[in-house]
Amino acid sequence: MLLIGYGNPGRGDDGLGPAFSERIAERSLQGLEVDTDYQLVAEHALAISVHELVIFVDAEIEGEHAFSFKEVQPALPQTIGSHSFVPETVLSLCTTLFGVTPCAYVLGISGLDFGEIKEGLSTQASENLVEAEAFFLNWLEHRALEKGAAHA
Amino acid sequence: MTEPRMIEISPVTRVEGHGKVTIHLDEENRVEEARLHIVEFRGFERFIRGRLMWEVPVIVQRLCGICPVSHHLAAAKAMDMIAGVDELTPTAEKMRRLMHYGQVMQSHVLHFFHLAAPDLLFGFGAPAEKRNIFEVIKEKPELGKRAVLMRKYGQEIIEATAGKKIHGTGAIPGGINRNLTIERRDHFLGSIDMMIEWALDAVKLARDYTQEHEALVAEFGSFPSNYMSLVRESDGALDLYHGSLRALSSTGDLIFDQIPYTRYHELIVEDVRSWSYMKFPFITELGPEAGWYRVGPLARMNTASFIDTPLADKAHAVLKAETGGVPNNSTLANHWARMIEVLHCIEKIRELLNDPDLQGTDLIAEGQRREEGIGVIEAPRGNLIHHYKVDEHDQVTYCNLIVSTTHNNEGMNRAVKDVAVKHLSGQAQITEGMLNHVEVAIRAYDPCLSCATHALGQMPLQVELFDAEGSMVDSRRQSI
Repeated sequence: MLLIGYGNPGRGDDGLGPAFSERIAERSLQGLEVDTDYQLVAEHALAISVHELVIFVDAEIEGEHAFSFKEVQPALPQTIGSHSFVPETVLSLCTTLFGVTPCAYVLGISGLDFGEIKEGLSTQASENLVEAEAFFLNWLEHRALEKGAAHA
Repeated sequence: MTEPRMIEISPVTRVEGHGKVTIHLDEENRVEEARLHIVEFRGFERFIRGRLMWEVPVIVQRLCGICPVSHHLAAAKAMDMIAGVDELTPTAEKMRRLMHYGQVMQSHVLHFFHLAAPDLLFGFGAPAEKRNIFEVIKEKPELGKRAVLMRKYGQEIIEATAGKKIHGTGAIPGGINRNLTIERRDHFLGSIDMMIEWALDAVKLARDYTQEHEALVAEFGSFPSNYMSLVRESDGALDLYHGSLRALSSTGDLIFDQIPYTRYHELIVEDVRSWSYMKFPFITELGPEAGWYRVGPLARMNTASFIDTPLADKAHAVLKAETGGVPNNSTLANHWARMIEVLHCIEKIRELLNDPDLQGTDLIAEGQRREEGIGVIEAPRGNLIHHYKVDEHDQVTYCNLIVSTTHNNEGMNRAVKDVAVKHLSGQAQITEGMLNHVEVAIRAYDPCLSCATHALGQMPLQVELFDAEGSMVDSRRQSI
């Protein structure tokens, strides 16, 4: 499994993705590779092509809840935008280039303070980060139990 | 009679950050004025004040998620000067150069294959849904894979030299904090010949496009200008990491040459215009009307006397021959220049990987501390200037940055107007394809607008059409 946390820690709550991936990396969880980057780019298609499951972690602008977690499918965007891709585009590029499509989820952590050149997360974003981490660890545990039961 | 109207393209797609184009039409639908507006983050210069000089090369990488290495190295060079170090150890300089060549190569590859190729392959007026990398891959699947693998190669070099992918710490005031292990060297050498081959193919692709579309390239956003870049101090060769400043006129006459970059503020002035947040630099001695200039890959091809790697030098000679040795003024020739630089970078990477200095252990030099430092490099998009002053507590008291996109501000505005006049003027209906012509001209400069905020839900493309009274009469919006 690959987890990619992305965002710019120099733009306030946009650093939620890297903050999450760095916290998870510190846990050195077995079977989980962790990557941190400023943004999703074309070569992430190559990186995800060798994993069965990929978790994209990004900041979400003023989400309804502390975090959201949803499965994503490959999709072609209407236009390819700036230098950064969205998870659906990376998945689609992976399918097109390498003929494989990993199962993928997006964990969006809600932030409030974007745009300013500023280090550090807002208080609310920090709380959301902790909640998202607890959820993800729980999800991982359940997933491991389900896999174990399936093999038993 | 048609009412005068204004077209707004906001933000410009496939351009990093926030850009907006406004085009004013008169009653006969002729283009009266066309301007590129860019939101510049001047706040960073305030943000950096009070920081300790040692942390500046790391913090400045937060300016931009696309070319953080350029800011890392320019800041480190400025801090070398403050640390009193005028000459790095061979290992430090070569490790930094390796980092820089890896960065320039991967940046150019991304731009050419992912952002420019759809326009070049399918035409500027092709349907929007056709103009993307997926359609390029459908037509040329091998090209798509190569682009990703070349990017990965460059990124791995950055990681090996800077320490990590984001917020690298490799370059420090006075030197570098690591060398290259034998294992990493051998890993990179394993695929270097393949990279050279692919770069040669990319040069051919860009050259063939330019030559096969000679008439289009000659007229599209093409106009005379001055050019400025660093060149190697001893002989005027292309040098992306270090050198002195050279500027040429559109006919190839030297405006200044071999001037230490620490004197940049004597050579150029930043002009202000009421309608733009971004400044307009010009060459002091020529004044604002005649002194504006362009930077970037094509500017470097124009200013460099030669290239010190054999394959890129040969390619450079072919490009120069296209215009009989005088500066090439075509905006679209930037793509060809960019691929020549990819080839040059990979040749340089090969040269460095075979140099045992990369495994040296003398990493940091020392000197007599100063209060002011200026670092200049040739970033992927052009000349990049970092200028700092520090107090007795090592805290930054002054910071001035001039990024490539600012240097090119006037050139991009002229390209926008040139293309708008040629392709939109007098048209009864303005189509999306016509508007894309304007964006193609901007994209040729690969402007990077220092904005890496991209949280979910941001960055829509909005095209708005206003009538003479300022009422919106048409609007298009899509995600990018």
